[in-house]
Amino acid sequence: MLTDAPAIVTARLGQPESWTLRSYLDRGGYQGLRKALTMTPEDVGQEVLAANLLGRGGAGFEAGKKWSMLAKPRPAYLVINGDESEPCTFKDHMLLEGDPHQIIEGTLICAYAVGAAQAFIFVRGEFALGIERTTAALNEAYRHGAVGQDIFGSGFSVDVVIHPGAGAYICGEETALLESLEGKRGYPREKPPWFPAVKGLYSQPTIVNNVETVSNLPWIVQQGGAAFAALGVGRSAGTRIFSLSGHVNRPANFEIEMAKTTFRDLIYDPALGGGIRNGNQLKAFVPGGVSAPWFGPDHLDMALDQDAVGKAGSMLGSGSVVAMDDTTCMVRAAWRITRFFHRESCGQCTPCREGGGWLDKVMRRIEVGGGRESDLDLLLDVCDNIAPGLRWPPAKTTICVLGPSIPSSITSLLKMFKDEVLVHIKEGGCPFA
Amino acid sequence: MARLSPENVQRARDLIALYPQSRSALIPILHIAQEQNGWLPPDAIAHVAELLDLEAAEVYGTASFYDMLFTHPVGRYLVSVCTNLACMINGGYELLAHAEERLGVAPGGTTEDGLFTLEDVECIAYCGSAPCLAVNWRFFGPLTSGDFDRLVDDLSTGRLDEEVPPHGTLSRVGRQAPAPPATSHGAERSPGGLGLGG
Repeated sequence: MLTDAPAIVTARLGQPESWTLRSYLDRGGYQGLRKALTMTPEDVGQEVLAANLLGRGGAGFEAGKKWSMLAKPRPAYLVINGDESEPCTFKDHMLLEGDPHQIIEGTLICAYAVGAAQAFIFVRGEFALGIERTTAALNEAYRHGAVGQDIFGSGFSVDVVIHPGAGAYICGEETALLESLEGKRGYPREKPPWFPAVKGLYSQPTIVNNVETVSNLPWIVQQGGAAFAALGVGRSAGTRIFSLSGHVNRPANFEIEMAKTTFRDLIYDPALGGGIRNGNQLKAFVPGGVSAPWFGPDHLDMALDQDAVGKAGSMLGSGSVVAMDDTTCMVRAAWRITRFFHRESCGQCTPCREGGGWLDKVMRRIEVGGGRESDLDLLLDVCDNIAPGLRWPPAKTTICVLGPSIPSSITSLLKMFKDEVLVHIKEGGCPFA
Repeated sequence: MARLSPENVQRARDLIALYPQSRSALIPILHIAQEQNGWLPPDAIAHVAELLDLEAAEVYGTASFYDMLFTHPVGRYLVSVCTNLACMINGGYELLAHAEERLGVAPGGTTEDGLFTLEDVECIAYCGSAPCLAVNWRFFGPLTSGDFDRLVDDLSTGRLDEEVPPHGTLSRVGRQAPAPPATSHGAERSPGGLGLGG
């Protein structure tokens, strides 16, 4: 069911010139920061802890808890992750273009709470208009006295820098992002010792939060953490933006209350996805980014609840849901996802670099008609070498989680659509082509 | 020409001043070099290395990792067609095939007049408008074959000059705010709050 929860992070989108300071101030802009500056940093942190705000980037870690792990000695840095690249996720792109002041205000609230010496907003390089609007908004915010020295006369000072990326999926991974921000290739760092809260940017303690995560902060500070936690259920508190794409009638971003809305609501409700195009049947859906194992129609009534989806063997991940109808070739879908990971592997770890390439080739030959029956075992064997045991969440043989994400679509394919794979092999080609 | 112009050297120095460590300015400066030249010629790489006190090989090492940075010439318009999942199941490969036919080049190729370079790219986060593409990272979608032809015509005749600057230009707005007080990461700056760590 759709609920009467307020729009928290998308409330201003669609307003005329929503990206400008004037529009932002007309709709309560920077009141959250003003209020935060009258509180102690500890009290701001307590409100965020009470809000149960889970990170909206993909890993879903509690933001308040993350902040509390920030080590000494200082200085500490704050880095906002706007490098949205998980396929079929397009919410941060929208926020960067549509409400950059909200991101900047959230960044400043976070910087105050954690005592950051400097903050960086890392924006995916491809988001040209997003970089332009965020840069223009930051210029306005400086002139407004909301950033820089002695913010709003409070005595608190912090500078914010917008940093453009240059095109690499892996830089959405927080340690790779920090390497990139240091001017290097985007190679993920090994944890331990490189937990950002302990050893991050320039080896200093660093908080990395997603764009949507910090966009919630102005509301949380103004309305209180309890009001946020009252929305949703348990750990899945508040609202969240879901990027819905694929074969739905209304592909778009939707902000909805967590855990009280189901996948069926998201895909079929006339106010949300509006159902499957051309009256077709849903065949399967990706519940949380292409790193996530697929669900079939039997999971439609599951709530958009982080823990429930995790227990069912997948994840809400980056909040992107891709609906695929009964005209979809699932072999081709799994091949395309595999090819993506192969292309985007940074190359540091053998299981990911080589395994991704092998899987890409084997999936490709099945799709185009060169598959063998032994390929089914071969696929599982290679997957098992990347993520031993093929458990969920996956085991790791690599520095970061890109590698262990590769098997998700292939194991989903073999579990849910093995017959379709066999038809490809037997008929020597794609029955959907 | 390939070395940064005096104006762009100043922009580079302003960028360096924003970071506790100068190398952090490398990628933003490479974007400026690419804005000036459309790609990153060897002389530009060498000049950026000089500005940051790095070896050219270090600059090349970073640049070559990233899909947006080109160490070979590309067209005035970089046409990046998405074929990832949401686009693929909505006709992304058919759009790519049409683009190849219309432009007469395969992905990675540049038209003889130097106007268009075609790319087959991963998700560009515009999935509500699949199938989609970007031209110099300005987004268009959903597109039919006819829409694609009209887009190419509009670009060729300059009708979209306002919306789509030449390849390499990302933000047309620069920072108009003071640089942070000079610091290095080892030097303690007064933090604004005590943090939660205790």
